[in-house]
Amino acid sequence: MKKMLAAAVSRVLGGGAQKPASRVLVASCNYSNDATFEIKKCDLHRLEEGPPVTAVLTREDGLQYYRMMQTVRRMELKADQLYKQKFIRGFCHLCDGQEACYVGLKAGANPSDHAITAYRAHGLCYAYGLSVQSILAELTGRRGGCAKGKGGSMHMYGRNFYGGNGIVGAQGQIFEAYNMAALWKLPCIFICENNRYGMGTAIERASASTDYYKRVNFIPGLRVDGMDVLCVREATKFAADYCRSGKGPIVMELQTYRYHGHSMSDPGISYRTREEIQNIRSKSDPIMLLKDKMLNNKLSSIEELKEIDVGVRKEIDDAAQFATTDPEPPLEELGHHVYNNNLPFEVRGTNQWIKFKSIS
Amino acid sequence: MAAVSGLVRRPLEQVTVREAINQGMDEELERDEKVFLLGEEVAQYDGAYKVSRGLWKKYGDKRIIDTPISEMGFAGIAVGAAMAGLRPICEFMTFNFSMQAIDQVINSAAKTYYMSGGLQPVPIVFRGPNGASAGVAAQHSQCFAAWYGHCPGLKVVSPWNSEDAKGLIKSAIRDNNPVVVLENELMYGVPFEFSSEAQSKDFLVPIGKAKIERQGTHITVVSHSRPVGHCLEAATVLSKEGIECEVINMRTIRPMDIETIEASVVKTNHLVTVEGGWPQFGVGAEICARIMEGPAFNFLDAPAVRVTGADVPMPYAKILEDNSVPQVKDIIFAIKKTLNI
Repeated sequence: MKKMLAAAVSRVLGGGAQKPASRVLVASCNYSNDATFEIKKCDLHRLEEGPPVTAVLTREDGLQYYRMMQTVRRMELKADQLYKQKFIRGFCHLCDGQEACYVGLKAGANPSDHAITAYRAHGLCYAYGLSVQSILAELTGRRGGCAKGKGGSMHMYGRNFYGGNGIVGAQGQIFEAYNMAALWKLPCIFICENNRYGMGTAIERASASTDYYKRVNFIPGLRVDGMDVLCVREATKFAADYCRSGKGPIVMELQTYRYHGHSMSDPGISYRTREEIQNIRSKSDPIMLLKDKMLNNKLSSIEELKEIDVGVRKEIDDAAQFATTDPEPPLEELGHHVYNNNLPFEVRGTNQWIKFKSIS
Repeated sequence: MAAVSGLVRRPLEQVTVREAINQGMDEELERDEKVFLLGEEVAQYDGAYKVSRGLWKKYGDKRIIDTPISEMGFAGIAVGAAMAGLRPICEFMTFNFSMQAIDQVINSAAKTYYMSGGLQPVPIVFRGPNGASAGVAAQHSQCFAAWYGHCPGLKVVSPWNSEDAKGLIKSAIRDNNPVVVLENELMYGVPFEFSSEAQSKDFLVPIGKAKIERQGTHITVVSHSRPVGHCLEAATVLSKEGIECEVINMRTIRPMDIETIEASVVKTNHLVTVEGGWPQFGVGAEICARIMEGPAFNFLDAPAVRVTGADVPMPYAKILEDNSVPQVKDIIFAIKKTLNI
C-alpha cells in the first residue's frame, strides 16, 4: 500500500527516475521547435539603427543557455560555500546574477573572438570553455586547476581568453584604449558590465555620467538589458558584425546586477538594501526570465528543466569533490614558468641555499 | 604640579595596528585643518580594511573623500593639492594599485622640490597596505619597499607594531616631504601594548631612526614590517640554545638608519637581513652594500646573509605561497648558517 502511494505521489510530482517511457515520448512531441520573442530595444549612441527588437530562440539553444547559466550560478554558489569553508583563500569576486552577460556574449560571438576581463571572471572563464572542475580546482589552489594552482581566482586563462586581471585602474586607461581603437579602427567591443556599483560605491557617486555607452564621443555605443540572455546575444551579434565590417570599435553597456557583494569580504549590504537585491531576484533574475520564456512557449517543461538542474548539480558537486581532494601543486614546481622558451635556470628561494629549478 | 602629573601613569592599553593608524590620522586631522584623506572607500565604507573607520562621520565630506577607482587621477589631484598648500593623505587600497599612479608619486611628488631648486615642496603622504597578504596571488602581493626606497626625494617608512604605526603616520603627515607609508594588512588586527607616551597626541616616531627591539650579542638581525615579529620569534627560539640575537626594527626604509645597524654589527660581528620583498635589488641588498662601504665591514666574521621572499611572482596555492615568504624557520636557518652552527 505504501509503495503504491509513493509511486502515485512521485508521478504527480514529476519525479525523474520513475517516469514511464510512454509519458516521456508524449511530452517531447508537445515541444515547439522555436519561438520568437520581443526583446528590449537598446539605447543607441551614434548609431542609426541597433540590434533587432525580436529574437528567435530555438529549443536547442534555449536548453543550452539554460544549462550554461544554471552552471555558472551553481558554480558561483559552490565557490561561496568553499570560501566559507576556507578551501578558497584570498580574493573571490562572484558573478551570480550576471549569468546572462556571459552566456549571451558567447552565444553572439565567434569562438575565434578573443576576450579579456577584470577580476569577476569565473562566469566568462566558463563561457570561454574552461571546465567547472578546472575553475574550482584553481580556486582551491590545486594542481588540477586551470593555472596549475598558481593563479587563483583572478588569474585564469584559456584559449583566446586573456584572464582574469586583478588591477583595474578604470578611467584613464580605458580612454587611451578608446582613442587608439577608434584611431586605428580596431575591431574591438568594449563591454561595460554595469552592475550599479564600483566595489562599495554606487555609480552615481563615482561617475560624472552613468551613461557609460555614451561616454566616448567618437565611438558608437549600445545600452543593453544584461539580464536577458537574448538581448545580450542579439546585441553581441550586432556589435560583432559592426566591428567585422571594418567600421572600428563599439561600446556595449550591459545593465546587470550582482547578488553577492564586491568580494567575499564584502557583505554587500552596507551600501545597498536587502530589498533592492530581493527585488532584482524576484523580477529580473536572468535564469528565471529564460525559464519563463521557455515554459510559456512550450520550448521545454518543468520536468526537463529540473533534469537539467539535477545534472548541473551533479557536475558542480563532482567538480567540488575534485577541487577539495586533488593535491596541491608540487613544491618542486614553485620556480617553473617564470620565463617562456628559456633554458632551465635556478630560482632563489627565501635564502641563498634554497633553490628551485625553473623550466619554461 | 608638573611633578605630580608626571608620576601618574595611565595603564598600558592594547591597541591594534589598525586602531593606531586611525588614532594617528584622527589626531592630525584634528590638529591641522589642512590635513585631509582621499582614496577608494575611505569615507562611507569606513575604509576597505576599516583603517579610516569613523573618520568620515567625524570630519565629513570635505576632509574624508571617496574617490572613483582612478589611482592615476586621484594621486595627481592629491599631489596638486599638496603643492597648493594642503596636506593630503592619499590612500592606495594596496600599494599594488600605486603602480597605476607611480608617475605621480615619483615624477610629480618626489622630484619636484629638487627640480624647482627648493621652491615647491610637496607635503603629501601616500599610505596603504604593502607586501604579501594571504592567498591574494601574484598581482596583489608585491612589496614596494625597494622600488620606493630607490628614489631620492621620497621618504619611505615601514611600521611594524602599533607604536610604529601611530608615531610614523603622525610624523609622515607633519613632514613637508612626500612620505610613503608601507603598512601591512596582516598586521592591522594585531594588538600591541601602548606605552603612556604613545597615548599622547604629540607622540611621534622620528623618520630615519631604527629601533633595537631586542638586545643581543651574537648576531644582528635587521628587518622591517611584519617580518620583525618573525625575527623576534626566531630570537626567542634561539635564546634557548644560547644564541642571543640583536633584532633591529628598521622603521624607516629611506633615509636608512645605517648607523644603528653598523654599531650593532661592530658589536656582534654577524649580520642577517630579513624582508618580505624579492631578493634582487632589495632592502637587504642595500644594507649589505652599505655595510661593505662603511666601518662595520672589518668587524664581520662571516658574509652577511639575506632572507627574502622567493624570486617568483607570488603563487596562489598555499604550499607554494608558504614557501615564497620568509618563515621563522628560514630566519633561524640563516642565523645558524651565518654563525656556522
